[in-house]
Amino acid sequence: MITAAAQERENYLNASHGLKSWFLTKDHKRIGLLYLATITLFFFIGGAFATLIRVELLTPQGNLVSSETYNKLFTMHGVMMIFFFLIPSIPAVLGNFFLPIMIGARDLAFPKLNLLSWYLLVVGGMFSLYAMLAGGVDTGWTFYTPYSTTYSNGYVIATALGIFIAGFSSILTGLNFIVTIHRMRAPGMTWFRMPLFVWAHYATSLIQVLGTPVLAVTIVLLFLERVFHLGIFDPARGGDPVLFQHLFWFYSHPAVYIMVLPAMGVVSEVISTFSRKAIFGYGFVAFSSVSIAVLGFLVWGHHLFVSGQSLFAGMVFSFLSYFVAIPSAIKVFNWTATLYKGSISFQTPMLYALGFIGLFTMGGLTGLFVAALGIDMHVTDTYFVVAHFHYIMVGGAIMGYMSGLHYWWPKMTGRMYPEAWARLSALVIFLGFNLTFFPQFILGYLGMPRRYHLYPPEFQVLNVLSTAGASVLAVGYLMPMIYFIWSLRYGKVAPVNPWGATGLEWKTSSPPPVHNFDETPVVTHDAYDYASLMAEEVEVG
Amino acid sequence: MDRFQLFPVQASTLAPEVDHLLYFLLAVAVFFTLLIFGAIFYFAIRYRRRSENELPHVQHTGYTLEILWSVIPFGLTMVMFTWGASIYFTASKPPNNAIQIYAVGKQWMWKLEHAEGQREINELHIPIGTPVRLTMASEDVIHSFFVPAFRTKQDVVPGRYSTTWFTATKPGKYHLFCAEYCGTNHSGMGGWVYVMEPMDYQNWLSGGAVEGSMAESGKKLFEQLACNNCHKDDNSGRGPILVGLFGKQVQLAGGGSVKADEAYFRESILQPQAKIVYGFEPVMPTFQGLVTEEQLVQLVEYVKSLGPKPGTGPVDNGQKPVPEKSSTAGSTPANR
Repeated sequence: MITAAAQERENYLNASHGLKSWFLTKDHKRIGLLYLATITLFFFIGGAFATLIRVELLTPQGNLVSSETYNKLFTMHGVMMIFFFLIPSIPAVLGNFFLPIMIGARDLAFPKLNLLSWYLLVVGGMFSLYAMLAGGVDTGWTFYTPYSTTYSNGYVIATALGIFIAGFSSILTGLNFIVTIHRMRAPGMTWFRMPLFVWAHYATSLIQVLGTPVLAVTIVLLFLERVFHLGIFDPARGGDPVLFQHLFWFYSHPAVYIMVLPAMGVVSEVISTFSRKAIFGYGFVAFSSVSIAVLGFLVWGHHLFVSGQSLFAGMVFSFLSYFVAIPSAIKVFNWTATLYKGSISFQTPMLYALGFIGLFTMGGLTGLFVAALGIDMHVTDTYFVVAHFHYIMVGGAIMGYMSGLHYWWPKMTGRMYPEAWARLSALVIFLGFNLTFFPQFILGYLGMPRRYHLYPPEFQVLNVLSTAGASVLAVGYLMPMIYFIWSLRYGKVAPVNPWGATGLEWKTSSPPPVHNFDETPVVTHDAYDYASLMAEEVEVG
Repeated sequence: MDRFQLFPVQASTLAPEVDHLLYFLLAVAVFFTLLIFGAIFYFAIRYRRRSENELPHVQHTGYTLEILWSVIPFGLTMVMFTWGASIYFTASKPPNNAIQIYAVGKQWMWKLEHAEGQREINELHIPIGTPVRLTMASEDVIHSFFVPAFRTKQDVVPGRYSTTWFTATKPGKYHLFCAEYCGTNHSGMGGWVYVMEPMDYQNWLSGGAVEGSMAESGKKLFEQLACNNCHKDDNSGRGPILVGLFGKQVQLAGGGSVKADEAYFRESILQPQAKIVYGFEPVMPTFQGLVTEEQLVQLVEYVKSLGPKPGTGPVDNGQKPVPEKSSTAGSTPANR
């Protein structure tokens, strides 16, 4: 009976049909799904490159691919994962879909710009992908000069142009979110009643709008230098190659927070829901997002401790880097404190969120190592750094993304996924991840440099462990892919509020109607007010 | 799969310092990891949902807690900062008694040259117990000189000299890596550092055919390139006198002064117009493209050999400085 009723009800998925209704849609929910399909494709392409890298590193000699190919593989892996998967991931899929609903809006402020953003990402992604597969790029995703401007023979400019294009997607999405949060909140949705997911996206959007243009400028300079030999970065013409690193990291360090802040937003929602308790220290968690966004702009120089910047600059950037650690620590402590005396249940989103806290804690704590000047001299450009940033970007950002995807999947699709399989996937990913990346910390401290095709034989055992972990991880990522698709047809029909969560998205039907709500909601409570939610349920039930 | 290890050997004076900081960081990291993991596991079991209708009490924000868990970690990070910065500071300041070796990175090899004239490729022989100062240049892209056993790493950026130093403490053979990605054979750009007992090092230095010390090679180049047409030993030349110049302050045309160090010599050869010495015409042509980085360091070593380290005060260029002609004079780092 419930099934029949749910199927009859008009929602954003069945309201219109045909390709045109999808490719020209202005509905933020449909655009969210377009993003989901796009970045899932990019994720598995980036993952395929990672697989080849890990298989190659099984042996020290380099007998699977040539050095040239290996260098292209890690470049393509980095470019695909960072610019075309991680940067858009949570904001463009889950943010797009849920940010308007969570503040009680009918759509984003600029629906057409939102659609344009998706097209820009697709065009940029395809452009870079084609350039990398057709000609290849071997500069690493960091494009350091003068290698990228003078010495590399690859399709550097074409690849960078794809990133340039996709950058506008990111800028427009951030702009859209900022305006939407400022202008389109439902009556009663004050700033401090907003879910922390929205706060996290507000902070993220600030970075996207303020940081991404610097990346665009940097790419333009790279183009001018490579094509017209202007001498901006070329020392033979009076330029400075290290200037490129400053410009690049001015965007690319804050970009790490574009990836991880939204994941923190997801985790705040999920921890609260599955503890049935308001987030401990709501205000501190909200403001820590904003302070991470601001402080994140002041620490780029910690990527240059051995690049020949001045002693004084090194000290200032190390000092400031430690400041970013504090708001991150505040979040972890507050999430943990939320569990205290909660009512904790262990559905899949919660398992992923707890996994996030564990891995992000380890990633964050190892960040203290690389921020210490004396340690960084030894570990920078080694596998220690590779392990550290994968703990943040995979252990953090992707665990958060998976948590959010499982949390909201019933709302997005109207279907439940198979819970047992999903819990298993969370476990497999957590274990596979640690087995892949923990050995890399040891490798890095031993001194194995990153981006090495050939390596000394004494590093082999740890590399084999890492590759073994990567295969477990690959299984872990394929599982959700299969059961999510399976659930679209065979999954149980999702109720309006399967988790007993607060938040406006759980008050509208699953999947939501075209305009999100049948009538504009009026907000009368703070976020995470489980007492009134349960009182309502008693009244209704 | 030989010599499987979990921790790198310590072979320099810096290595134990870096490792001690690592132990501190590890202790802090393990403590907080156990704290967070422990709390999560404990709360997750202790407060697991027992009935569908349970409703936990609302907790209000505890300001004391928030302040505590902000201030304590902040204090700890400041210890990390100070400790790390002091190591970095030491590692950035080569001691005065260091021996001088030059390194040139190019795709994809390290070329090293000792002041005495010994040249090596992808190998570096050094004595134990003596500070070694490396002045490094790159012929092409950015490279990075990395010896894990010494816990030291320094990018070598084209267009400038980069410096690093270390004092080896344990004889042996250690990996030398290029740590900054530099193109196709990046992972092949490395070799070995051989740390030797001082006697062995002296034997090694005196063995093998050598064309002459770096300063002597530099002197030949100086004549071949006709530098001596203008840079004479007395005031008759069109260029400044180079004798006794190294380490002095040089007065520049248009005000200001600059210390006559390796970087200044390098720049003056490649971009003579960048800094004009007070009282001279900007007539010197550039030698960009005419000399390689390896030749440059020989020229630099030659000019350094022309004079002692700074006595006192700035030298008034145009005035006649005290000439000192011995090719390895005074207390130049090259001369131990």
